[in-house]
Amino acid sequence: MKAFWNKISPYLIISPYIIHLGLFVLFPVIFSIVLVLHKWNIISPMEYVGLDNFQRLFSDRLFWKALWNTFIFILVHIPLQIVIALFLAYFLNEKILARSFFRAAFFMPVVISGVVITILWQQLYGLESGVINRMLISLGLNRVEWLSNPNIAMISIAIMATWKNVGLYVILFLVGLQTVPRSYYEAAEVEGASAWQQFRYITIPAINPTIFMVVILSTIGGFSLFIEPYIMTDGGPLNSTLSAMLYIYKQAFGYYHMGYSATLSIFFAIIIMGVVVVQKIFVENEEH
Amino acid sequence: MRRLKKILFYFILTIAALTFLYPFYWMIVASLTPEENIGNLSLVPQGLTFDHYSDMVEKIPIWRALFNSLLVATISTFGVLVFGSMTGYALAKMRFKGRNLLFFTIIFTMTLPFQITLIPNYIIMVNFKWVDTLAALIVPALNSAFAILLFRQAFLTIPDDLIHAARVDGCGDLRIIFQILWPNILPSLITVGILTFMTSWNDVLWPLIVIRQEELMTMPQLVTLFAVGGRSEAQLGVKLASAVLLALPIIIAYIFLQKYFIQSMASSGIKA
Repeated sequence: MKAFWNKISPYLIISPYIIHLGLFVLFPVIFSIVLVLHKWNIISPMEYVGLDNFQRLFSDRLFWKALWNTFIFILVHIPLQIVIALFLAYFLNEKILARSFFRAAFFMPVVISGVVITILWQQLYGLESGVINRMLISLGLNRVEWLSNPNIAMISIAIMATWKNVGLYVILFLVGLQTVPRSYYEAAEVEGASAWQQFRYITIPAINPTIFMVVILSTIGGFSLFIEPYIMTDGGPLNSTLSAMLYIYKQAFGYYHMGYSATLSIFFAIIIMGVVVVQKIFVENEEH
Repeated sequence: MRRLKKILFYFILTIAALTFLYPFYWMIVASLTPEENIGNLSLVPQGLTFDHYSDMVEKIPIWRALFNSLLVATISTFGVLVFGSMTGYALAKMRFKGRNLLFFTIIFTMTLPFQITLIPNYIIMVNFKWVDTLAALIVPALNSAFAILLFRQAFLTIPDDLIHAARVDGCGDLRIIFQILWPNILPSLITVGILTFMTSWNDVLWPLIVIRQEELMTMPQLVTLFAVGGRSEAQLGVKLASAVLLALPIIIAYIFLQKYFIQSMASSGIKA
């Protein structure tokens, strides 16, 4: 009897997770593949359509637009985050008073709901009464159409997202910088290495893993971008801020195109996983 | 020269800190300023008023939403801590067939973008008739692959002797986990607790999908719909007041627990 219990007790202990895993992860993965092959609005019966959803996807102008917008977002977001986070981490790495205060200040937006951040920045970006444009005008500059110009709106959202997330990367870069012993820089100085050489050959290798992480997390973040355009622009103007996730949401819960939105989801997910794998390979090659 | 450099450093850091803190300060001041004066940039409210807050309380069931959010986040966090440490314990300290398969499945689920499971999970909720119930917010959030792996890691560092001794004393596995081992892995419990609570508190996409009834909405969801819908009547002050109320619980928690917040988030970043 005791031996029997010993045998099944591990399975009892993992059973809450196994049930959960099956129901909310494994079954959905399989079901999403079924959905891709069907046309379904939840209410009427599913209709088998073969690969029609894929055909539709490739000729869907809005799908390409959402992909392009995500690309723009990532293209602005990643370099901005790396440069600003590294810049701030560099200053925090010096011997300074109140380091933990500065750290906590930079980190504050990271913990606060994206909803709050977006409502706040919608006002900061306001055309006439926005705080940023008022500051620009008082400096004698022109106001910027942050959210109403289709060429700028996605960049504005990327800047806001950078402001929200950069504190996390400051901390991670700081951890990376602190792994480098000060004596390395001193030795380099004695050898006559320039500041740039020190940065290139001592600092960069130490923070490479963090840069890699910023790229991965920002790519995932770009494809998950939702609440910011949902609140600020609803994807506009002229679909210039229609993000991948917002488009999935609109297809699924605006039009109830379950099959097509599942196809979009899988497609974007494959792109995310592809980017992650390519970057992993790239980083591993660097290391060898 | 050195002093000049120091001053420059503090100057830059202070400007940067203000860039991150001032907008929040502006938001709080604006939410206390009469509508017609909000546009003026000032450090103190011009004509202090609480009207925006009383207007908001009248227009939306914000206290009910606060209660829903607290309830959902608390139960989800509790579930993740309990189930996460059970599964993590089994992976770290028990031998059974399929253990490696389970381990790799968990790693696989972590690399899976959430977009894939989103639509099917909604369909499951429809079939369970859980749309417009808090169960839809709580039950899918009761487990987390990240938590399991973190707990597994923590349990691996605990010597087997401790467990054997407890077993000789007649403790079952559950008592071993929750009475003997939990006190030894407090940092991991805090990390997972903060992360899970925050994720639940800040999540808005899933509530938007499964909750339509106003009384059951979470706070970020209600505030979102208030901000985008017509009900704030384009009044800036009321919108900002609702955002302040949404931010306040986390800001207060952050002020007291910032060290833990930063550690937790940093460790969740490193996992990727």
